[in-house]
Amino acid sequence: MAKQCAVGKVEKGVFVCDEARSGLIPELQGIHDRKGCISDNDMQALADKFGIHPVEVYSVATFYSFLTPRKKGKHVIRISECISNIMAGSRKIEKEFEKALGIKSGETTKDNRITLERTACIGMCDKAPAAMIDNELVGSITAKKVKEIIKKLK
Amino acid sequence: MQSKRKGAVIFSEIEEYAGIKQAVKMGRTEVLSEVRGSGLRGRGGAGFPAGIKWNLVAAAQSKKKFVVCNADEGEPGTFKDRILLSEYAKLMFEGMIIAAFATGADKGFLYLRGEYKSFMPLLNKVLEGMRKEETLGKDILGKKGFYFDIEIRLGSGAYICGEETGLIESLEGNRGEPRNRPPFPVNTGYNGFPTIVNNVETFVNIPHIIKKGAEWFKSFGTEKSSGTKLVSVSGDCKMPGVYEVEYGITIKELLKIAGAKEVKAVSAGASGECVPASQFNRKICFEDFSTGGSVIVFGKNRNMMDVAENFLQFFKEESCGQCTPCREGIPVLFEGLSLIKKGECPKEYLDDLLSLSETMQLASKCGLGQSAPKPFVSIINNFKNEYKLSKVTKKEKVFNG
Repeated sequence: MAKQCAVGKVEKGVFVCDEARSGLIPELQGIHDRKGCISDNDMQALADKFGIHPVEVYSVATFYSFLTPRKKGKHVIRISECISNIMAGSRKIEKEFEKALGIKSGETTKDNRITLERTACIGMCDKAPAAMIDNELVGSITAKKVKEIIKKLK
Repeated sequence: MQSKRKGAVIFSEIEEYAGIKQAVKMGRTEVLSEVRGSGLRGRGGAGFPAGIKWNLVAAAQSKKKFVVCNADEGEPGTFKDRILLSEYAKLMFEGMIIAAFATGADKGFLYLRGEYKSFMPLLNKVLEGMRKEETLGKDILGKKGFYFDIEIRLGSGAYICGEETGLIESLEGNRGEPRNRPPFPVNTGYNGFPTIVNNVETFVNIPHIIKKGAEWFKSFGTEKSSGTKLVSVSGDCKMPGVYEVEYGITIKELLKIAGAKEVKAVSAGASGECVPASQFNRKICFEDFSTGGSVIVFGKNRNMMDVAENFLQFFKEESCGQCTPCREGIPVLFEGLSLIKKGECPKEYLDDLLSLSETMQLASKCGLGQSAPKPFVSIINNFKNEYKLSKVTKKEKVFNG
């Protein structure tokens, strides 16, 4: 049988997948939720736990755009970048956020409180312009709402 | 939990657990033949017949089998699964249980996109309730030996994990890079075991089909696309939202329902076609204007070149980078498009770009690379009056080698 998963061992001539490996991404997500990033030390610890090279952990972690080795702000605002949102004025909303936070999209405020980003379609096109504020989906954002959102993110 | 929406199939009324009860009464073979007979095709976009998938997994000899629900809805302009997950989760899980019953799987995964993380508490509550009601776990509905349980796994912001083999890689704890096919997941899926991967909407259809019959289901839609489709309409229309429409409805009719006027173009999402008003008589179905659920409406003042650019930008970021036609092709199309926008693209070079698009469609490993050139090609072909080609015939003059 063709080898179909990355980690495992050959038993009696048949490749058997290491099913524990399946837990790697939930572990990464857990660390990310707690600390806001995945540090080199965390990657090394996970590598030891799963019996793989730290580079492999790094390769998995960096594949996913919501997992990052670089620390972001305490809160992350991700503005949906799909065409429906742009047509509904998401760029204008982005400018409002930039103005209110004093940063450009892709940056973090100096007090490390808020990171502003763009993201691919978040599935809120019927309520565009929309954004993902940490884990919550927020739709129909107006200039007025921008200030309220920022106020809430203490 | 049941919502107040109304529709022909998916939003039609059905009693709780009516599907599973009926399935257990009918037995495995008949459930399989019913699903096959219904002609239900995968609602994620590719349209592979669900019945064939199920039969292949059911026929496979294996000590373990898996049922995976693909809730990694990432196609720009699609939000139908968001509605299903928040209002019809139980029905979707029921569909998965029926799949498990028919194929002999004992473990299911719901692969939920990271963007929908806020639905986790709700979904877990539904699962917990079902375990209490003994429709999940041991001896489901009193059927001895029928064990099945579902675990929710979160994605982390990778569009490519909506591709079924990319999804399986991600479930296994790897980068979500699609695999070569064959072998297909029905043979060597999750951890090498036979696996069914179906879309949320596909599973939501199942209890209806089992309870109300394949013939009833086939009475909706067209010959090759039976049933109904949930379309997520967004963009320049009065009433954006999710509508259940019968396959075979024309674009024009749908636009009327959504209250869209003075429409220049309609797109079936980033990996779908983009058509001008002259083609609004086309039908929404697999054999004509095929969509995975996305219908984006563009009003008369929209610039279609910007639309193509947005879609290519999206693919540029979401390509996993594994295979060359996709990884290298998308940036070339993207740069080519900016030349076209500036009016600096010679005819010869546009021909090269279109030929590159064909190569990408043929040679990319997975659906992402194969569909990435689709909006580019259809916009270039359908909206010729929105761009001017450069008169320079020798491309060397423009590109300096």
